[in-house]
Amino acid sequence: MEVFLVSLLNGLVYGMLLFMLASGLTLILSMMGVLNFAHASAYMLGAYFAFTISQHIGFWPALVLAPLLCGLVGAAIEMYGLRRVHRNGHIAELLFTFGLALIIEKVVQMTWGLLPVPYRVPESLDFPLLTVYGTQFPAYRAFMLLISALMFGAIWLGLTRTRVGLVIQAALSHPEMVGALGHNVPRVFTTVFAAGTALAGLAGVIGGNYQVTEPAMAFSMGPIVFVVVVFGGLGSLTGCFIASLLMGMIQTFAVVIDYSLADLLARFGLAVSSATPFHEVLTVPLSRIGALLPYILLVLILVFRPRGLMGTREA
Amino acid sequence: MTAGAQRAAAAPVGFAAFVRRHWPWPAAVVAALLLPWFFFDWSTHRHSGFVLTMLSEIALMAVFALSFNMQMGQAGLLSFGHAILFGLGGYVTAHTLNAVKAGGLWLPTELVPLAGGLGGLVFGALFGYVATKQRATAFAMITLGLGELVAACALMFTGFFGGEGGISTDRVIDTSLFGVPYTSSWQVYCLVVAWAVIAALLMRLQTQTPLGRMANATRDNFERVQFVGYDPRMVRFYQFTLSGFFAGIGGALYVLVYEIVTFDTVAAAKSATALLATYIGGAGSFFGPVVGTVVVVLLQSGVSLLSNAWLLYVGVLFIVMVMYAPGGLMGIVAEHAPIARIGRLGDLVVPYIRILVPGLLSALGFVLLVELASFTTIGAAQGKAFKIGPHVVDPHSPLAWVLGAAALLGGGRWLRLESRAFRTRWDALIADAKAKGAML
Repeated sequence: MEVFLVSLLNGLVYGMLLFMLASGLTLILSMMGVLNFAHASAYMLGAYFAFTISQHIGFWPALVLAPLLCGLVGAAIEMYGLRRVHRNGHIAELLFTFGLALIIEKVVQMTWGLLPVPYRVPESLDFPLLTVYGTQFPAYRAFMLLISALMFGAIWLGLTRTRVGLVIQAALSHPEMVGALGHNVPRVFTTVFAAGTALAGLAGVIGGNYQVTEPAMAFSMGPIVFVVVVFGGLGSLTGCFIASLLMGMIQTFAVVIDYSLADLLARFGLAVSSATPFHEVLTVPLSRIGALLPYILLVLILVFRPRGLMGTREA
Repeated sequence: MTAGAQRAAAAPVGFAAFVRRHWPWPAAVVAALLLPWFFFDWSTHRHSGFVLTMLSEIALMAVFALSFNMQMGQAGLLSFGHAILFGLGGYVTAHTLNAVKAGGLWLPTELVPLAGGLGGLVFGALFGYVATKQRATAFAMITLGLGELVAACALMFTGFFGGEGGISTDRVIDTSLFGVPYTSSWQVYCLVVAWAVIAALLMRLQTQTPLGRMANATRDNFERVQFVGYDPRMVRFYQFTLSGFFAGIGGALYVLVYEIVTFDTVAAAKSATALLATYIGGAGSFFGPVVGTVVVVLLQSGVSLLSNAWLLYVGVLFIVMVMYAPGGLMGIVAEHAPIARIGRLGDLVVPYIRILVPGLLSALGFVLLVELASFTTIGAAQGKAFKIGPHVVDPHSPLAWVLGAAALLGGGRWLRLESRAFRTRWDALIADAKAKGAML
């Protein structure tokens, strides 16, 4: 029970962090058809910007400034890069963002060094908020939950209750028709791309000190976010939300479950020894397989249900 | 009659025509066998180990990139996990070599790459069965997932993959068909070149087979392929599996050269190298990946000695290619063909010099800025000093930064002006070529 509740809370925090990243990506992917490899790079940039800003003027300004900077970077990428490449098709756009992710990683390495930077939780939030069965739950995690919940609310309200949101929703499914109605679709694209990048930046600001701020963080986070987007389904924020939470839970729960296939077989009276074929596969505990689960899911979903959980279209 | 058939009918037959069509093949072999002798140390009678390793790397990575292009260029399948076929082929080869060494198996050293190829073929069929259910972006994402999966497995299952240390092996197994011991790197290099040429030749021939042609068709219009009565999925599957065979040969050559295979060979960075090389060289032409591999490996082994930022240069080159020259380096060369046909290539010399000067200036400015940035952080951490010739440059001096920025921005501005003039000249020449019927 104790482990269960703590893991549930941690899974929730991690899931909400994933959602911040995935929501921007799913909007960009379903609207522009661009699988944005540089999305996780924006997450990394957000963390590094926040680190530098918080060194000079503090964490709270960084919380606002770093995502804004990321949004500007995103807008520039869309206007000067993606638009140009768009003519050469989706694969070219994909390759463009892929190259961009490589370059951003190198630029980050050259600006902030190869080693992780000491980006820490602000002191005003560095205390245990409550104690669950003897395990402390830090206030910062609650703060992360709060920020991501606020953001979820803001996106949801923005998309369903405002005029811009309606245009974006329409452009998700029928971009040509929206263009024909006289809306500036390229500008909508730029807005969505910049907003998505800013969201990823915000996730970086609050996730960078929760995890580790290092040059490899983009390439380790990127595939997980893809999994969430595919799992949730294209064009569906709700699906994306559910998928993020599920993925957060799967990853945190898998770490604490110490069973392997061999244990399962033992229940049925089949003993696994080192002489059994594939004994290595059978005796790996679930806690280690946890890292593989997202990728197994990604492949299975794309093969058997390309629409994802609640998608309106195939990936 | 199609345009291609017309051209084939009009083409002259005979030895001269054959040479004109296929000259890159003998040229590549001669270059591969001659180049090491320029770096031969006559006083010690030894080959330069660095040059031989680099040339072997080019040869084996060229096979890998060509096999990648069997999917990318031929069938339009963008894979982010191609290295798993390369790496698994390598692991199979390492285990085979160890089995031969232990005496449990007999296989001539010359045929060891076939073991890697078969390994790649089997895994290609396995992963291909899953991945080729989809195409385009979904295919790319499945291969991404498979790539991450295998890379994670490589660290998890130590029995087959050997964990972080990888699998070490010994290529001296004394089973050569020609009595060659393969103790010196020159002997291994010759074997690698021979296999690289064989693999490349087979891949070239594969493009002429019905399967190769149908792969092109599924790339261009997969719905129409269905109407004609083919199953595009099976075409993709066969193409993927065959490409796995050649990637496996590449992995086997890797094992023969380095005598070790680690999880790096299946990791995403390896897949990215094939992708970068193919796109820089040009996915649309058969030799594009080879040209791209030469560029990437030269940057990797040459520039990485001087600079920490070689991957940045490769990345920038890649982005520039994706944005401005989707056909890659070979595509740029091919665009000159109509102008060459009307014999007016000489008219481009002056315009080229005029864009080359500002182009070089802005490139130099960019390199200076990148190196300055890299020496303030990574270089400082490694305790290195930024030297240009005998001069030590202080990476914190504002003058160097201003110079770099001025060269980059000024050169870029100048380049824009010149490229406009170049464009006008180019369009005029192309229009002339069109008028003379030299466009094919």
